[in-house]
Amino acid sequence: MARLYDIRVMTVLGSLLCLILGLAFPWSKTPIIVGLCFGIATLGVAAMVRAGQVSFGHAMYACIAGYTVAFLARAWPQLDGLLLILAGVGASLLAGAIVGVFVVRYRGIFFGMLNLAISMVLFSVIGKFYTLTGGTDGLRINRPTLLGFEFERAGFETVLLIGTLAAAIGLGFLVQRYFQSASGEALAGIKTNETRLEYLGLSARRVLWNGYFFSAGLVGLSGALFAMVQGLVTPDMGSWLRSGEFVFIAILGGSGHAIGAFLGAAVFELVKLFAAAYMTGVWQLLLGVTLIFVILVAPEGIIGLLMKKSALATRRGG
Amino acid sequence: MTLDLLILAAADGFSYAGLLFLVSLGLTLIFGVQGILNVAHGSLYAFGGYTAATLAIWATEKQAPTWVLLAALVAAALLVGVVLGGILEIGLLRRVQDKDPVLQLLVTFAAFLIFEDLQRLIWGVSPYSSTEVVSRMGNLDLFGITYTVYQLLLIPAVALAVYLGLLYALRRTRLGKQIVAVTHNREVATALGINAKKIGLITFIAGAFLGALGGAMAAPTTSLVPGVGTDMIVLSFSVVATAGLGQITGAFITALLIGMARSLAVYTAPELEVAVPYLIMVAVLLVRPNGLFTVAQARRI
Repeated sequence: MARLYDIRVMTVLGSLLCLILGLAFPWSKTPIIVGLCFGIATLGVAAMVRAGQVSFGHAMYACIAGYTVAFLARAWPQLDGLLLILAGVGASLLAGAIVGVFVVRYRGIFFGMLNLAISMVLFSVIGKFYTLTGGTDGLRINRPTLLGFEFERAGFETVLLIGTLAAAIGLGFLVQRYFQSASGEALAGIKTNETRLEYLGLSARRVLWNGYFFSAGLVGLSGALFAMVQGLVTPDMGSWLRSGEFVFIAILGGSGHAIGAFLGAAVFELVKLFAAAYMTGVWQLLLGVTLIFVILVAPEGIIGLLMKKSALATRRGG
Repeated sequence: MTLDLLILAAADGFSYAGLLFLVSLGLTLIFGVQGILNVAHGSLYAFGGYTAATLAIWATEKQAPTWVLLAALVAAALLVGVVLGGILEIGLLRRVQDKDPVLQLLVTFAAFLIFEDLQRLIWGVSPYSSTEVVSRMGNLDLFGITYTVYQLLLIPAVALAVYLGLLYALRRTRLGKQIVAVTHNREVATALGINAKKIGLITFIAGAFLGALGGAMAAPTTSLVPGVGTDMIVLSFSVVATAGLGQITGAFITALLIGMARSLAVYTAPELEVAVPYLIMVAVLLVRPNGLFTVAQARRI
């Protein structure tokens, strides 16, 4: 197990890096916030991965939250940004609770495919009902007030950056606590042996539903924040490729510890920026190669590598 | 809705179901033997289509007869199936055989991402098509509507031939029986002296060929654009999941069902066209959690 000390140091250093970079180079604020959003969404997807289930449809919760924010902000422009985000998360939690009741009955490929199917229905409906949703062009969101204050673009982004960072740290901590709680360990038990879990008197469906509910909320929050920082929502937010990216980051970072989601998201964003700058057009190729490399060399992800290293150091007495 | 439209929709659906079946069959065959749902299957479809279009355009320029054009389609599918299928199986899937199923699925997802960009690098982003063979084969009248022979007769005929041929091969030939044995239980099959590795490779290449063949057959009637593979993979997933994984006859019936439903939706409720296959899938899986045609399996504790 990676020492708690290391994780704390990494969290503090990472947060400082985000803040310093964001304030020193204003252009980097958006990619950092987007990266943190991906990290938050991946926290949710990683919970599913811990249960041995991959969902190729979780991006639909980001989409639901994003469109909730957009609809509300357009209907009532005076609504505060924080309220919008909360409403978005609420909508995705509600959707997750309902969809969860159905999908927790399935495992493995069927779980993944059902999520995919539901997200594809949503994706195509949003794309086709042009008058209501703006079709594939999406909907624009005017910058709302935050906690009653009106901000210029730069100030708005700074506040969002700090807020997102705080949310990321808080949620990372909470999710890690959840992983180590009885309910979280039971969730991992679904992957190990579901029948034994049931013999312990726990309902595997109930356990998975809890995890699914939380993960929908986490992905929803990321979608709401994403919508705010971009000022735009498009159906692409809910495409199955986006869901695949979340799973990708979860594997890249590793699901051994909650911080893995953010480490994975950081690498993902760096690869994306690098590809955008030097290798336009082969960005997916680069992602694919990275993913294969990670799976072959470090199937436990970045966090797995770090844990192995610190375990070795402990054994040497370091 | 008039009768003409209904017949037109049925003809569309019939032809589309043929393509869908070819692709889904490849997917379900690979799943049966390898236990892997191959996300890169959509790329094989796209590569098959693009290669076929390239060959067909070249053959058309050389004034080749119709049968050469048709042979070019099959040759393209064979080429893609053997080369890409072989690379995927030997280079990637073998290496992750003993890993977590989640990782196996993701390896094929990674391959899909790579192929997607490769395809864009090779063939660019502008639409690609070669309709020569369709116009050469002419049209026919069907209850007052005119439809191309290629779509109405050739595609379904190929699909049916592949279906019957595969059933025969699996039931009557030595290789087919070995494949079925590996599908049922890899360990026992190996203990009986079957080379499961070889069977795995052969099945994967056969499945890849079928995916590519679907693309190659579709190439003359559609224009190929980036993203065709994506649409097809998700759609064939829904066919395979609705039918029950590894079910060949199930895939045949389900492809027909979904192909028909989709083309009916195109004419009656175009907004729902994309959603219809998934709605069917969700509805089926809610009632029959393992698909329509799955047989009961022993539970392992």
